[in-house]
Amino acid sequence: MTSGNDFIIDVKDLTKVYNGSLRAVDGVSFEVNEGEIFGFLGPNGAGKTTTIKMLTTLLRPTSGSATVCGYDVRSHPNDVRASVGIVPQEYTSDEDMTGLENVMFCGDLYGVPRSISKERAKELLDLVGLSDAANRKVQTYSGGMRRRLEIASGLINHPRLLFLDEPTLGLDVQTRTAVWEYIKKLKEDYGMTLFMTTHYLEEADGICDRIAIIDHGKIVKLGTPSELKSSLGGDVIEVGVREETDDLTPLIQQCPSVKDVRRLNSEYRIKASMGEEAAPTIIDLIRTKGYHVTKIMVTKPTMDQVYLEYTGKSIRDEEADRAEMMRQRITIRRARN
Amino acid sequence: MSDNINSSDSDSGQKAVLVQKPMKKWGNERIDRSPLHGLWALTNRELEKWYKVPVLLLLSLIQPVIWLGLFGKAFNIGSIFTDGSFNIPGLNIPKNVLDQLSAQLMQSTFGTTDYFSFLAVGMLSFVTLFTAMFSGMSIVWDRRFGFLDKVLSTPVSRGAIVMGKILSSVIRSLAQAAIILVIAVPLGMDVGHFSVLGILGTFVALFLMTLGFSALFLMLALRSNDWQSQMAIMNLLNLPLLFGSNALFPSSIMPTWLQDFVKINPISYATDAGRQLLLGAPGFASLNFDFIYLAGFAILFTTIGIVMSWRLLTK
Repeated sequence: MTSGNDFIIDVKDLTKVYNGSLRAVDGVSFEVNEGEIFGFLGPNGAGKTTTIKMLTTLLRPTSGSATVCGYDVRSHPNDVRASVGIVPQEYTSDEDMTGLENVMFCGDLYGVPRSISKERAKELLDLVGLSDAANRKVQTYSGGMRRRLEIASGLINHPRLLFLDEPTLGLDVQTRTAVWEYIKKLKEDYGMTLFMTTHYLEEADGICDRIAIIDHGKIVKLGTPSELKSSLGGDVIEVGVREETDDLTPLIQQCPSVKDVRRLNSEYRIKASMGEEAAPTIIDLIRTKGYHVTKIMVTKPTMDQVYLEYTGKSIRDEEADRAEMMRQRITIRRARN
Repeated sequence: MSDNINSSDSDSGQKAVLVQKPMKKWGNERIDRSPLHGLWALTNRELEKWYKVPVLLLLSLIQPVIWLGLFGKAFNIGSIFTDGSFNIPGLNIPKNVLDQLSAQLMQSTFGTTDYFSFLAVGMLSFVTLFTAMFSGMSIVWDRRFGFLDKVLSTPVSRGAIVMGKILSSVIRSLAQAAIILVIAVPLGMDVGHFSVLGILGTFVALFLMTLGFSALFLMLALRSNDWQSQMAIMNLLNLPLLFGSNALFPSSIMPTWLQDFVKINPISYATDAGRQLLLGAPGFASLNFDFIYLAGFAILFTTIGIVMSWRLLTK
């Protein structure tokens, strides 16, 4: 079925040029392992959507190659389509049909026979907690229910890999948490691979095994959330010492994970790679020399800081085109009713 | 897919407990991968919007009735002579002569003594044309709401997406044409020449015409995500297409430049076939030519439509 390739997504030098000049995606390369949750972050117009569209065969790459589930997106687009599932950013379910009918309709598009798809659709609706609403028209669904229905629809072909584009856009905190729970369940219970984009950085931090940050069509950073955060130079530990006269900087620097120490009178600002492990060591060190620690605080860098570090702090002009912006507005509006 | 478990080894220790429960397995056997799979699902999705909404269904049924009653009865040209008010002062032409004169005039211009029957057949083409024009609108909306992208990301064939739209539009327009025909009879359509074969033939002609037009209008909408321009195109084309045909008036009374347009307009041939088959009227082309022309039109535009859908739906 699949080639000897170990990666479920294998992208090499993928490039998309619009109108001969605009390089929306510029030589992107990365791999996604089977069974991981891979987050794709970046500002609007950075190339996220273009990349997803190329991986899901909606756009043809200008150059470079991409293999998804062992199939080349260019030469075997239909095999790629058959083996992946997609949860689009928009609410694409039909308002006039029931939840069950919508999922079964997606089954028809994947060629799943009705006899099988009915059972499957029921199981999937159960999986996302929509069993009770299965026979209600989608018109009556809330934003969160619609989003879960999209997830169920995206799973009807039992894909190994699911693409989720902004799965929590416009949802409130409770619903967002619930959606993340379902996503985690897919990974843990079914060993699925999930490839997703999101703007909620804290949540990406909590759920993703690895994260790629893309900007101006290029991947600017890729790694596990903790790798990304430690790439900022590590955690900050602030230590207060009662004895103001002695400079403890050389002493603190003896601690192996400490990278940098700055003294402000009796307080020390220490950068260390593993803050929560370094802090007790530092305290012990200070105490064995007979000094007294008056306060301690460990701050870890957030994903927000990582994101701003790599994509810059300037506010982006909206590069998304009019149609895309309208679709996003529709999504947010429908999520809220 | 046993390598699933290996890849989760990198997880932290606490998660390993969760992974211990047997991984549920998803198979992907028994999948229909014929190029036609999903075609009926897509067609039916369009049709459900129409037949499952009673108001919409009712409106689409009332519309042809209004057209028929309004145009058919208002343009009652035959009564110019027969309503008794027409005469030439001093000549005092007897009524039966006037009636005969009228009948002859009608027969030679319209091919039937009764304008209402003449127009009723034209209305069949008219209604199919107007329904076919909307085939493009739904793809514009599907694109706007992201539904099109979702369908495109499934293994359903690109041709089936386009054919689903065309088919649903064809089915809708033929259903409306059938209603027109059923209603026209009690309103006074001449049924003297009706035959099963004639009615079937008429609907084959209408089928070919609406197939071609649905494909044409869908093609115009394939790349568009802007419904205003789509509406503008429809408004630009609908009335010229209708008046530049023999649906409302025979082309013989038109200026020659317009006659040339009528001769390339497929609506003329569908209407002409209908008049020959339903009313026994002499046609402006032979019945064979009508069908060959319509079949050519339908095949040409459906083929272009499907070929273009492969190119235009994937950028």
